[in-house]
Amino acid sequence: MSEYKTIFQTISATAEAVVEDNGYYGNYGGSFIPEILVPAFAEIKEHFEAIKQDEAFWKEYCSLLADYSGRPTPLTYADRLTDYFGRAKIYIKREDLNHTGAHKLNNALGQAMLAKKMGKTRVIAETGAGQHGVATATAAAKLGLSATIYMGREDMERQYSNVFWMKRLGAEVIAVDYGSRTLKDAINEALRDWVSSFETTHYVLGTASGAHPFPAIVSYFQAVIGIEAKEQILRAEGRLPSRVYACVGGGSNALGVFQAFYPHDDVELVGVEAGGQGKGSGRHAARIAYGEGRAGVAQGFKTLFLQNNDGQMNDTYSLAAGLDYVGVSPILADLSERGRVRFTAATDTEVVEALEIIMKTEGLIPALESTHAFAGAFNDITESSGSDIFIINMSGRGDKDIFNVAEGLNDDEWKAFIRRKARQFEDGAR
Amino acid sequence: MMMNGKHLSGEKPGSSKMGLAERITVRQSGKPIQMMTHQILGYPDFDTNYEMIRLFQESGVHLVELQLPFSEPIADGPVFLHANQASLASGTTTKQCLEFAGRVVTDFPGLSFLFMTYYNVVIQYGIEDFVKECAAIGIQGLIVPDAYPEESHEFMEACRKHRVEPVLIVTPYTTSERLAYLSAETGGFLYCAARKGVTGTKTSFGKETEAFITRVRGMARTPIAVGFGIQSDQDVRFLEGKCDIAIIGTQLLNVLEHEGLSGVKRFLQTIIPA
Repeated sequence: MSEYKTIFQTISATAEAVVEDNGYYGNYGGSFIPEILVPAFAEIKEHFEAIKQDEAFWKEYCSLLADYSGRPTPLTYADRLTDYFGRAKIYIKREDLNHTGAHKLNNALGQAMLAKKMGKTRVIAETGAGQHGVATATAAAKLGLSATIYMGREDMERQYSNVFWMKRLGAEVIAVDYGSRTLKDAINEALRDWVSSFETTHYVLGTASGAHPFPAIVSYFQAVIGIEAKEQILRAEGRLPSRVYACVGGGSNALGVFQAFYPHDDVELVGVEAGGQGKGSGRHAARIAYGEGRAGVAQGFKTLFLQNNDGQMNDTYSLAAGLDYVGVSPILADLSERGRVRFTAATDTEVVEALEIIMKTEGLIPALESTHAFAGAFNDITESSGSDIFIINMSGRGDKDIFNVAEGLNDDEWKAFIRRKARQFEDGAR
Repeated sequence: MMMNGKHLSGEKPGSSKMGLAERITVRQSGKPIQMMTHQILGYPDFDTNYEMIRLFQESGVHLVELQLPFSEPIADGPVFLHANQASLASGTTTKQCLEFAGRVVTDFPGLSFLFMTYYNVVIQYGIEDFVKECAAIGIQGLIVPDAYPEESHEFMEACRKHRVEPVLIVTPYTTSERLAYLSAETGGFLYCAARKGVTGTKTSFGKETEAFITRVRGMARTPIAVGFGIQSDQDVRFLEGKCDIAIIGTQLLNVLEHEGLSGVKRFLQTIIPA
């Protein structure tokens, strides 16, 4: 990007609007880390502050985004989807077209560059749906770093295609076999690695959560999504959207697309959490929308967590592996408390229904995570009119979800195919 | 013995007016080193916890760290992680842990008891209520590794108010400036994690450990304890004369799991100085 200077200044201005110096966002955030990690965090803070002012860094970052990742991603007018509902005009921000198929690469490339600035030779990461793991493995390969990815065993089973790619990209993938075997457990395990390895290793946290300054770092590297979307909608429609929808697991894609609209109070920002099997089922990850998240401290920061009265974290559930995180970005917890972001949830059933509509009207296959944003918008759309404009952040593509979706749709032909392949492998092994 | 001795008074160990640091200092006289052992409450069950504590008292242990289990114990290695989660799976609650602690404090007056847990357990109980309850049942110190002291004013204040001592941790990577700060803020003793990493991995005790302890000793205002990776009597002998307390955690649980209570008894006899 030749306009790197403008981009980096815009990113700074956009991200600084939500990032406070002491690492707190209202009542949330902070840094609750074991003493051993104090030097690692001091080093990251120092280098992060330095790169904020470093034009050469942003030039290289923007160049990687443009020439390697394929940015800017389009903002697609969904004419057939708009006609289908006959209400608000729907635009889709196409993070699925980022290299590796999701917004995660924006952050992974930035943090891998930060790791090199700090003189690290290795990166580690946690991953839920696997997209952040693939992005980190990709960034590591591109920048010449070794990579280890922690992934809950349950998530590995759900997202094995991403496990395959991570390994082929040269990363070591370590299954986490305790707890709920999902994202929060992968984060814990990555932290355990890091306390032993921080001298050579940077932890590429994938979402805008964790101890300060990680929420700020991830917000910075994802701000590009909203900056582009804002420019694109102004170009297409000459005005800002009525609403912006994004799914919320930890919160990185949501903050990415929300930040640029944050100063514009007439743009409603809507975070869609994983409603799983619905409110009251105990099988969901809707920390804010269902009002069940309570303030607490875990994994190095203070936010709203799904927890019991003793402060033990509850098991979470979603059809989408990337959304069933027990906490939420402290920035989003604060924005919710201040009424700037409205939270809602989409259930698994609503998500599968939404996916079928999107595929058949627009020829797009969003990730199950991203489909929550669509389902949230579809649930609201009857309240909208033709004069409204919705932007939905399609945070990632859905081909990784083929097994889950086929299962969710109870697709007999797919099941027969899987049985044939299994027989072939078995015959080959004999 | 390299005791700082700043908390000495005429009180006897066990006096209710005596704080943890003072009690350690008074008790230290003539001992090469004191031992602190560790138990994860509710693992494998409270009855075994009780029997272990009985063995601790009989074997000459001085301090016992009772860990309230947490679902996300990020500073603990795989052995403790498993024990935390197994304890919670069997239904252990904070209330049960407090009741149990109250009982063992009464039944084993020769031991000093501390709680170790993670900050969220304290927060959800209510920070002041938790510390007040600890004081009421006779818990003398609190080790909460993720209650980063700069962020935990309410906790530190409650500890001061109720005279339960907040034990802070230092590591070989702690800068001198920060070591001065943590030395001033800690209560009871300063917990020296002998290396980076989580609990349970073997530490190679040698010149680097010695240099670390010497650096801490030069700054500390309280007794100092060394933990993380102590696995054998040789490790304890190495620390004698260098620090005031040796902390044994994971290895004790390994011995319990593989050799039962009788194995623990034998192990304690080998590591505790006569």
